[in-house]
Amino acid sequence: MHLDHSHPGPAAVSADARRPDGARRALRIGLGGPVGSGKTATVAALCRALRDELSLAVVTNDIYTREDAEFLLREAVLPPERITAVETGACPHTAIRDDISANLEAVEDLEDAVGPLDLVLVESGGDNLTATFSKGLVDAQIFVIDVAGGDDIPRKGGPGVTTADLLVVNKTDLAPYVGSDLARMAADAKAQRAELPVVFQSLRAGSGVADVAAWVRAQLGAWTA
Amino acid sequence: MGRAALLVLADGRFPAGGHAHSGGAEEAVKAGRITGAADLEAFCRGRLHTAGLVAAALAAAAAAGADPAGLDAAADARTPSPALRLTARRLGRQLTRAARATWPSPELDALAGTFPKGAHQPVVLGLTARAAGLGPEDAAYCAAYESVSGPATAVVRLLGLDPFEATAVLARLAPELDRVVDRATVAGTAVRTAGLDTLPAASAPLLEIGAEAHAAWPVRLFAS
Repeated sequence: MHLDHSHPGPAAVSADARRPDGARRALRIGLGGPVGSGKTATVAALCRALRDELSLAVVTNDIYTREDAEFLLREAVLPPERITAVETGACPHTAIRDDISANLEAVEDLEDAVGPLDLVLVESGGDNLTATFSKGLVDAQIFVIDVAGGDDIPRKGGPGVTTADLLVVNKTDLAPYVGSDLARMAADAKAQRAELPVVFQSLRAGSGVADVAAWVRAQLGAWTA
Repeated sequence: MGRAALLVLADGRFPAGGHAHSGGAEEAVKAGRITGAADLEAFCRGRLHTAGLVAAALAAAAAAGADPAGLDAAADARTPSPALRLTARRLGRQLTRAARATWPSPELDALAGTFPKGAHQPVVLGLTARAAGLGPEDAAYCAAYESVSGPATAVVRLLGLDPFEATAVLARLAPELDRVVDRATVAGTAVRTAGLDTLPAASAPLLEIGAEAHAAWPVRLFAS
């Protein structure tokens, strides 16, 4: 996953692994998934889990408000200067995949303003099952779905479910109430994703975001190795 | 290079950040000034002959080899709204990135070094055209067309306007666009010999005022 392209000249382009000053830039991890699946809650939990050991920042891509950024600010998971919101012109998938320039600018501005950073989390606006991040924007991506959105989502597949570096099935505590079959979701995900990892999580019970945080630490270890 | 390179640069999907901007259309829709295809046409016509003409002349001048820093200052002087100046620089920075990856050139590298936070987008557009082997008229065409295609596609999303109607609006404006490009090309190519004051300074006060109002909204779909 190392993207060691480099361009000459005074500013980095796209996936350049180094900043203009030659330093290795922060690892960028994208979080995508349908509306309401718990992307922002996962970002908030990750910030709480990792902020004491890493220098991190967040870019949000709300569809038409600054709600996600404001939630993170209200929860005080990071100082405000480490959170930036990008406007997406009614097309959240365009901003993370087809035309990533505003997000790249936001990431670079964060590194300039509060860097050096170890990790930047880029949260997409809630979208559909086909929304994935460009490799020019992020180094790895997490797709977040939840048990209440229907336990047939892993079976339906789509680029997010099938190809994300990590699939998170969120809100497992709700499974008994919405009639979702976790074993079936796990089997369907395995069939779609082969060896790619899947985490079942509830942020309200059990170990919370610990498994996803461990995965992020492993990605960061590989990035800085 | 020639016509094919122009198509690459003029493509609405050229990844330079434009998709998140409505060119003032979002504010005009909310204010009730655009409610359908006829209003959209009037809005686009006004923008074409003001902001579009100025942008096209700046782009033509940059493509003809005029000094980018001087053109950038001229663009600042022709953009009263601080919000619009910020938008023009953000879009310029995003275009610089896309252009350097698409048509690498020492001039674009130098521009990125001089303006790390972005030069005015039309100036960058002109230098991009130059790097792509295109001329001043091509650059003016890209700038003038963007000045109306951005609002048209935004209004399709904002109002659910029939996309065929929106595209027909652009087609009806095409002859006027040709004339604006002619004026802009003449003015822009004269800059190297006659100075920056040959550039047009047409202004649309309502676009400037609307941009300031829009920038203060807490909730919006488009960045400008």
